[in-house]
Amino acid sequence: MAFPFFGGVHPKENKWYTSERHVQEFPEPDILVIPMSQHIGAPCKPLVKKGDLVTMGQKIGDNEGLCVPIHASVSGKVKAVEMRPSSGGMTTMSVVIENDHQDTLCPDIRPRSHADVEKMTPAELMAVIREAGVVGMGGATFPTHVKLSSGMGKVDTVIVNASECEPYITADDRLCREYPGELLAGLQVLMKILNLQSATIVMEDNKPEAAKALRRAIDPQTGISLMFLPTKYPQGAEKQLIQAVTGRQVPSGGLPAAVGCAVFNAATCKAVYDAVYIGMPLIRRIVTVSGDITMEPKNLMVPLGTSYNDLLEAVGHSENPYKVLSGGPMMGIAQFDLSVPVTKGTNAVTILGARNRFAVATPHCIRCGKCIDVCPMHLMPLQMYRAERKGSVEDMKKENIMDCMECGCCAYICPATIPLVQSFRTAKQRIRDAAPKAAPGAQK
Amino acid sequence: MAQMKYFYELTISSSPHAHSPVTTRTIMRDVLIALTPALVGSIYFFGFRALMVTLVSASACVFFEWIYRKLMKKDSTVYDLSAVVTGVLLAFVCPVTIPYWVIIIGDFFAIIIVKQLFGGIGKNFMNPALAARAFLFSWPVVMSTWVKPGFSNAAGILDTADAVTGATPLAAMHQGSLTGVSVRDLFFGNVGGCIGETSVALLLIGLAYLLVRRVISLRIPVSFVGTVAILTLLFPKGNPPTQWMLAQICSGGVMLGAIFMATDYVTSPVTKLGQVIFGMGCGLITVAIRYMGAYNEGVSYAILVMNACTVLLDKIGRPVKFGAVKKEAAEK
Repeated sequence: MAFPFFGGVHPKENKWYTSERHVQEFPEPDILVIPMSQHIGAPCKPLVKKGDLVTMGQKIGDNEGLCVPIHASVSGKVKAVEMRPSSGGMTTMSVVIENDHQDTLCPDIRPRSHADVEKMTPAELMAVIREAGVVGMGGATFPTHVKLSSGMGKVDTVIVNASECEPYITADDRLCREYPGELLAGLQVLMKILNLQSATIVMEDNKPEAAKALRRAIDPQTGISLMFLPTKYPQGAEKQLIQAVTGRQVPSGGLPAAVGCAVFNAATCKAVYDAVYIGMPLIRRIVTVSGDITMEPKNLMVPLGTSYNDLLEAVGHSENPYKVLSGGPMMGIAQFDLSVPVTKGTNAVTILGARNRFAVATPHCIRCGKCIDVCPMHLMPLQMYRAERKGSVEDMKKENIMDCMECGCCAYICPATIPLVQSFRTAKQRIRDAAPKAAPGAQK
Repeated sequence: MAQMKYFYELTISSSPHAHSPVTTRTIMRDVLIALTPALVGSIYFFGFRALMVTLVSASACVFFEWIYRKLMKKDSTVYDLSAVVTGVLLAFVCPVTIPYWVIIIGDFFAIIIVKQLFGGIGKNFMNPALAARAFLFSWPVVMSTWVKPGFSNAAGILDTADAVTGATPLAAMHQGSLTGVSVRDLFFGNVGGCIGETSVALLLIGLAYLLVRRVISLRIPVSFVGTVAILTLLFPKGNPPTQWMLAQICSGGVMLGAIFMATDYVTSPVTKLGQVIFGMGCGLITVAIRYMGAYNEGVSYAILVMNACTVLLDKIGRPVKFGAVKKEAAEK
C-alpha cells in the first residue's frame, strides 16, 4: 500500500464463521415490514394503503429531494401502513406486507440487453439507478444517483470498497466470489456515467479467494484493477480508504468528491447491475448472520423487510443472546426489539454471547495514550472525553469531537474500558443542540 | 405482539461491542512481570530481606488502597494491581536496611496522600512511589544507609542490625572521582544501592519485556538516558569521559527511573513530542542535581519536577487532525 493510514486496531476477525458459506436464498417470511426511510435524506411517502395488492418490485414509497424510492420485496397484500420499530432504535413509518408466496413480478421490470445499455446516456442511467432505489450498501445508505450527479466532472478516481474490515462480516467477500461478473458490469456502468477509463477495487489481504474470483473475471481492457491493503480496522472507512489508495486527505467536514474521489461499496455495484441490466430494483441483499453463539452462521440473500427474529431462527444459537447487532461488533447498533426489519444498509446481523461483556461501572482513565495511537482521524480521545465530562461545549469543539467518525478504535483499545464512543455521541448532540438553529432548508 | 416470536434479555449499549484483551490490570501485571528480574537480582545481592521489604510494601499499599476506597464508599480499585506496582516500586527505591515501619509510612503517603486524595488511579499528578521516597528523606540516615552486596545475610530479615555498610559508586562520583567505580559491576549490579536499582542488565530485561508487550515505547527511556549520556560525555568530571558517561548512566536510579518511573502513564505526557521533551527534561535535571546539588542522586527529584510539567507538555505535539491541512490550504 502506497499511503498507509495512521492508527487503527486489529480486532479478532472471526470471519471464518461464514467466509466459506455460500450465499443461500432465504425462505421468504410470511410478513415483511418495509420502512419508508432506508437511506440518508428525506423519508419516502407511502404510495400504497391498507388492503392494496402489491407485486414484487412495485414502487411503494417515494418522495422528492434527497430520496430514492422503496419497493415491495415480495408480492402480496398490504396489511398495514403504520409506525414500526426500526434498527436505528426509533420507530419509522412502514408498509407491512403479507406475503402471498407467489412472487408475482411487477410488470414494469424488464431486462435490458448490453446493446441497449450502451446506447443510454449518463442521465438516463442515473434515472434508472434512482428509480431502482439504489443507495450505498456499506451502511451509510447515501443515494447513489446523488453521489454520481454531484461527482460528475469532479471525480477522477473511482474506488470500489470491498475491504470489509468489520469482524464477522463476509457479505462482500461472498459477493465478490459468487457475483464477480455482476459486480464488474455494475462498476462499468458507474465508470461510464462518470466518464472514467479506470477504477480500483480495494480489498484487505485477508480475502485471497475473493481476489482470485475477481482477477479471473476482470477483462484487462476495462481499466479495472485490484488493490490489496493490509488487514487493519478501519481500512474500509471511506476517508482512510481514499488516503490509502491515493494519498489524498478528504478535508475535515468535506466529501470524497472534494479530492476527486468516489467510493462505491461492492454490493452497490451489484445493485447497479441489477437495476440497469435486469431492471430489478433493490429489494434484497446479502446479509451475514453470524456471531460467536450461532449454531449455523450463514450468508443469506434476504428480502428487505425480513425481521431479525426470522434471521435468528434461521441460524439458531447455542445460548441466550447477550447482544444482537445490526452490523458488526465495531460499529453495529445493539437491538432491543428483534421485530425490526433488514433494510438496504444492513450488511450483517451479529449475535453475541455473554462472554462479550466488558463494561465496568466506573472506568478510570490511566492516561496511557493508546487511544491517540489508534485514532485514524488523528484526534485525542482522552482529551475529548475530559471535555465531554466537563460539559463545556467550547472545549468539546476545540477537541474536534465533530471530526470523530465513531469507528470505535479508541474504545476498543482503552485498557480502562471507558465508553469513549458513547461519550462522543453525547458530546456531538450537545454541540448540535448548542448551535443556533439554522434557517429551514439551509445548508450547514 | 404477533411479530415478537422471542423475548430475550438483550443488552443495548453504544458501539463498539468488542474489546481488546489488554486492560489496566493486564498492563499492571506486565509491569510486575517486568520488575521480577530486578527483584530476583536484589534477593541475590542483598538477601531475603529485599524480598521481605518488597512484599511488605506491596501489601501495605494494597491495604491502604482498599481501606481508603472502602471508607470513602468508592468502587474498589485493588484488582487493577496498580497499588501493587506502587508498593514494589517504592521498595525498589529504598535501601534494603530500611525498617519496615518506615516503608509502611511511605506506602501510606504514596497511596493515601499522593494518589487517593487526588482522586485515585489516573488522577495523581506525581508518581506516588517517587513522591513517597522524597517524603521518606525525613529519615535521611535511614534512606542513605547502603549495604555492600554479596553479604547475603548482612541485613537481617527482622532487624536491621549489623549491616555491613559501604559507600555507593554515586558518592565517589559526586566527588568527581572514578576511583573504585567499575562500569562492569554497575552494569551487572554488584554495587551498593537501593533494592531495585543496582543491576542495569536485569532492568534492561524488564524493558525488553515491556517493549515486546507494547506497554511502553522507547521515547521516554531513550530521551532520558540519552540526555544524561550526552551531557556527561560533554562535561565529564572524571576521566576517561566515555567511562565517566557509562558510569553515570549505569549508576543510581537512572535506568530504574527511565524504564519504570518516568514512563508511568498517569504522570507522563500523552503526546509523542511531549514524551520526548519530558525524557530530556528528566535527564537534564538529573545531571544538574548530580553535578551541582548537595545530594549525589537526582533521578527521583528530576522525574517529580517533570511530573509537574506534564499538564503543559500535553499541549505540545498534539496530532494534526485528519483532513485539517488540506482544508486550510484550500481556504487560502
